[in-house]
Parts: sequence; structure tokens; C-alpha cells
Amino acid sequence: MKPVLLMDFGSTYTKLTAVDVESETLLGTASSYTTVQTDIGEGLQNALDILEQKTGKLDFAERYACSSAAGGLRMITSGLVPELTAEAAKQASLGAGAKVIRVYSYELTKKDVAEIVASRPDMILLVGGTDGGNSECILANAKKLSQVDPICPIVIAGNRNCADECEELLEKWETHVCENVMPKFNELNIEPAQHEIRQIFLNRIIQAKGLSKASELISGIMMPTPAAMMAAMQLLAEGTKAESGIGELVAVDLGGATTDVYSIADGMPTQSNTIVKGLMEPYAKRTVEGDIGMRYSIWGIVDAAGIDRVSQLSGIAPERAKEMIQFLSENTETLPQDQEWENLDFALASLAVETAVARHAGTIEQVYTPMGLAYSQIGKDLTPVRRIVVTGGAIIHTKRTGEIAAHSLQNPNQPGSLRPVGAKFLVDRKYILAAMGLLGQYYPDTALRIMKKELVEATE
Amino acid sequence: MEKKTLVMGVIGADVHAVGNKILYHAFTAAGFNCVNLGVMVSQEEYINAAIESNADVIVVSSLYGHGELDCRGMREKCDEAGLKGILLYVGGNIVVGKQPFDEVEKRFKEMGFDRVFGPGTPPETTIAALYEDLGVQPPEETEE
Ligand code: B12
Repeated sequence: MKPVLLMDFGSTYTKLTAVDVESETLLGTASSYTTVQTDIGEGLQNALDILEQKTGKLDFAERYACSSAAGGLRMITSGLVPELTAEAAKQASLGAGAKVIRVYSYELTKKDVAEIVASRPDMILLVGGTDGGNSECILANAKKLSQVDPICPIVIAGNRNCADECEELLEKWETHVCENVMPKFNELNIEPAQHEIRQIFLNRIIQAKGLSKASELISGIMMPTPAAMMAAMQLLAEGTKAESGIGELVAVDLGGATTDVYSIADGMPTQSNTIVKGLMEPYAKRTVEGDIGMRYSIWGIVDAAGIDRVSQLSGIAPERAKEMIQFLSENTETLPQDQEWENLDFALASLAVETAVARHAGTIEQVYTPMGLAYSQIGKDLTPVRRIVVTGGAIIHTKRTGEIAAHSLQNPNQPGSLRPVGAKFLVDRKYILAAMGLLGQYYPDTALRIMKKELVEATE
Repeated sequence: MEKKTLVMGVIGADVHAVGNKILYHAFTAAGFNCVNLGVMVSQEEYINAAIESNADVIVVSSLYGHGELDCRGMREKCDEAGLKGILLYVGGNIVVGKQPFDEVEKRFKEMGFDRVFGPGTPPETTIAALYEDLGVQPPEETEE
């Protein structure tokens, strides 16, 4: 036996997953309340005690960690055109596992800069212009930022022809120059910036967040939890040389405050007379719906889907449903106690999944031309995807997982939404995906086989 | 010579793709850095591409007859987006049927287009105009 410990430091919970990499089995999972303010080691010790009560004493050969504690990796991005480099910067940051506090486009104003300083980001991603293209905007923004005291590292990933000048302007700041996120028009190149962001997170930010106290307990790799989740999904989809993956997939992580959606799929048009419009989207794409969540963002679900649909799906009268939702938004730790509350959570979870996946997926529009129909597609076409992975408390702790997950599929009321047409739903019952993303950095075959074993199919 | 950048595409709901490809090759061979948006391009797409790539000129094609409608307001949008004075060219079969070209040209010029080309204009004519307007020379023949 060779036990490996995988740790996920969250803002409220520390989650542990123990695996034996020799027999490729899951030994156990445990979680405990995190106390970042005091000492991260304490929450870890508590969780370890709980884990070892289940598994017996374990002598861990290796320990790896990911973290979303202290707000996760909080980033500000600044680009030029909202739909182009500003969007590319946002996608780069989300894919690197960041929480994007705000996306700025065009030239920053003094007020914007003051806002950025006040929001205390962990990192800023500064982009704009294709290589050889616009340089005014990124230079103006570098200049504006140079006029205030440095607050965090800046990654410069815009027009390469003015990278040096940006660095010079920002000499007081810690700067990291890397390849342009959009070197040519509409050509996304986000991996170099993502790599840089992860590296800075590793070298600098985890210390600033007091996580280094736990570092003597860790043998390697600290990454933001969403980056671990992304890594797991990519591994699961693509497989390794030794073990095949399950193919293109969509994953939904339904949380209390946000809903994250991942897609590992090329998203190319499936119909021949289709023209793709807008920015090319990344093959491994992550979106975060900050207004869609089961407790803190519960009203966001109602705003997006309407109280009538909540009522219709739950069988609860609108007025009563509103009262219950108000209660849940004020008592965020509440778990459903009886049938009525379960029905409400079912409706909310279903609509959260529907909204978040609809926003993640592309859309298609019919264009009438004199010679007949043509289609114009924006974003990714996920209709051919046949696997949907679901995780998050409200989905995995209910019997109606399949029904909830089915709301990620295309439905006749929204024909323009390019969501999967029909798929198998895989449930992360034991909440191990981020841990498998971590494990996969060292033992990809093992992590993949454990995921394939532990993800259980849900039916509608 | 510093390469000049042009943004090109076929405007509106127009799907005539062949001429666009020919022009792209011709412009590239003539020494321009081309951002080709393909067919079914909206005014906003030309403008956004021109901003990011710091383009010197936007070359609009329209083949299906609705060019006049599609091109309306383009100059104003460019001004709004900070692309003051960017060159705007248009060509193809820009109006329905056979209309006297000088009238057509006049209408498009009033809309703010700098150059308007009639049906059947060969790429060479446009390229010559580009050299003139942008003050550049053809690339020197490089040794193979
Ligand atoms: C093939 C074709 C189609 C194909 C297009 C396939 C495709 N995806 O490319 C299909 C069948 C889809 C089609 C559909 C339609 N077509 Co059609 N089509 C043609 C056809 C026969 C050839 C076009 C072509 O490829 N020519 C070869 C290329 C190399 O030439 P080009 O496109 O003209 O481009 C050159 C020049 O115009 C110039 N140029 C182009 N842009 C610019 C810009 C500048 C600035 C400059 C200087 C020069 C320039 O340089 C290019 C290279 O040399 C023409 C007739 C013709 N012989 O031109 C009709 C034609 C263009 N179509 C026409 C019409 C009306 C239509 C339809 C509206 C209806 C119909 N009758 O079918 C639909 C519209 C669909 C849509 N939404 O766009 C008309 C347009 C009439 C008008 N403007 O008044 C034409 C002229 C036929 C006609 N005489 O009626 N069409």
C-alpha cells in the first residue's frame, strides 16, 4: 500500500481524499470546518482525525494540495475590445482557476484604477491589441496603473510590440511578461498566460494567504481548486496513453454561491451551412456564474428563471416559494428537512443547472437568405457531447440527481441554445474530482481509473 | 517596409465566399497584413477587428445586392469607436441590378466611404489604390 493524501483547502471546509496509488483505490474522504483566520493546520488536523477514524492510521507517502481559501485566486483583467481581447483575458483567467472580480475594457479611468486598488486583487492580467496591432490602450493602462502604488503582480499578455514599454512603465510593480492572449485577430492563445498565472499563484499568493503554514505538510503542487477541477475534467475526457478517456464532456459544479461549468469539447459547428461568429472559444472552457447558487445566490436563480418556473417545478405556490427562498438566503446553512423543502431545492438546482449551462453553451440563429436558410453560431456547439458530469452538494446529496442533471440538456423552448441533445449523467457522489485533478498531476493513469470507477451513472 | 494592416470581409447576410478568398490572396501577395473576417460580417465585427489590429483600412465587399442597406452608418460607428479617419473601401455588386455607377458611387461616398468600386473591378485596381492612399510601395521582388 502507498497512501497519498489530497487536500482541498476551501474557504469554509477542508476536504481530504485518501487514495492508495498501488491498488488504485479510494481509501476514504473527510471534511472539516476550515479556520483560515486562525490556523489552517488546525482544520487540516481535524479533518485528518475524521479521515483516520474511517480508514485507520495512514502513513502518507505523498501529500498534494489545492486551495480556494481566502476568496480563491482573485483577479482583475483589463483588455481592449469587450468581445475580443477583454474576453480572451477573462477566459484565460477563468481557465487558470481564478475568480474574476471584474473585467475592464478600453482605457482605464482614474476611477477604475481606484476601484481596482480598493478591490485588492491577487493579480492583474493586462492585455490588449494583437501583435503589431493596437498599442495605445495597453500603454495607457500601464501608465495609469504606474501612477498608483503597486498592490499585486501584473501579468502582461498583450501586443508583444509594446511589452517592453509596459514593463518599463510598471517598473515599481512585479511584472511578468508572456505571450499575447490574442496574437492574431480571433486567435486565442491563453495557455502561456494561464501557465504564468498558476506559477505566480504557486510562488507568491499561497504565502500571502497564510497557506504556507500547511506547506511543511505538503510535498507538492498548490493550485487553485477550479484549476484542479479543470485538470480532472481534461484528464477524464482525453485519457492517457495507457487508459482511454470518456470523450468530450460538460461538467457542472453547483455551489452555494456560484455555479461553475466546464466543457472539454471543440464546439465546432455540426451543420454544414453554419458560419461561426465572435471570438473562437477555448477547447477547455470554464465559466463561472456568480449570480447562480443554491444559497448565497439563490435569488439570482429566481431572477434568471422566474418564480413561475420555480413554482411549476416544485409544485409550491409562488408566494410560499418566495418566503422559503428568502429564508434560505438568510440561513445559508439550511439543508432540506422535509418533502416541501426538498421539492424547492430540486426546482432551484434544476433551474441553476439549466441557466448556467445555457450561458456556457453557444447559441445558433437562423439567418434567412433569399436562397434559403443559413445558420450563424456564436460560442461552442455542445450538441454532440454525450457525457455530463455533475458535482456540488445540492446535486450529489439528492435522489433526483438525474432529473436535475437533465436540465443541462437542450429543450424545445430554447431551440437556439447549443446544449447537449442527449447524454449520460455521471455523478461525483464522493466529491473527489478536484482531488483527482491534483493526483493526476503525478499519477494520471491512477487518477483516471479511480474517476471512471467512482463516477456513478444517474438516470432521469 | 512596414506592413499596413487591412481588415476585410463580406458584409451583412451575404455568403458569396469566392471573391473574398481571391481578394485575400491578392492583398496578401501585395504586401498587406490581412485580417480576413470571411462572409456574413457585421459592421461591429469589422470595427472591433480594426481596433485590436490597429488597421489602416477596412475593405468591405458586398455581392448580393443589399450593400447599401448593410453599409449605412458604418462611418459613424467608426468615428464612435475611435477609428477616426480610417480608410473605408467598398466593392463587389454593391447594389441591386445595373444602376449608373456614378450615382452609386456618389451615394456611398456620402455615406463616408473613401473609395467605391464597381462590379468586375480587378484586384489590381484596388491594390493600386491602397498603395496610393496609404503612401506605400509594392514589396520588392524577393529572390526565390
Ligand atoms: C456562386 C454564386 C452564388 C452562390 C454563392 C456560393 C458561395 N458560398 O460563395 C449561392 C448559390 C449561395 C448564391 C446565392 C445568392 N446569390 Co449569387 N451568385 C453567384 C455567382 C454565380 C458567382 C459568384 C462568384 O463566386 N463569383 C466569382 C468571384 C471571384 O467574383 P466576385 O464574387 O464577384 O468577386 C470579385 C469582384 O466582385 C471583386 N470584389 C469583391 N469584393 C470587392 C470589394 C472591393 C473593395 C473591390 C474593389 C472589389 C471587390 O473582386 C472579386 C475577385 O475578383 C454570381 C454571378 C456572377 N457571375 O458573379 C451570383 C450573384 C452574385 N448572386 C446574386 C444573387 C442575387 C444571389 C442571391 C441573393 C439569390 C440568388 N439569385 O440565388 C443569393 C444570396 C445569398 C446570400 N445570402 O448571400 C446576384 C447579385 C445581384 C446584385 N448584386 O444585384 C449575382 C450577381 C447573380 C445575378 N446576376 O443575379 N450565389
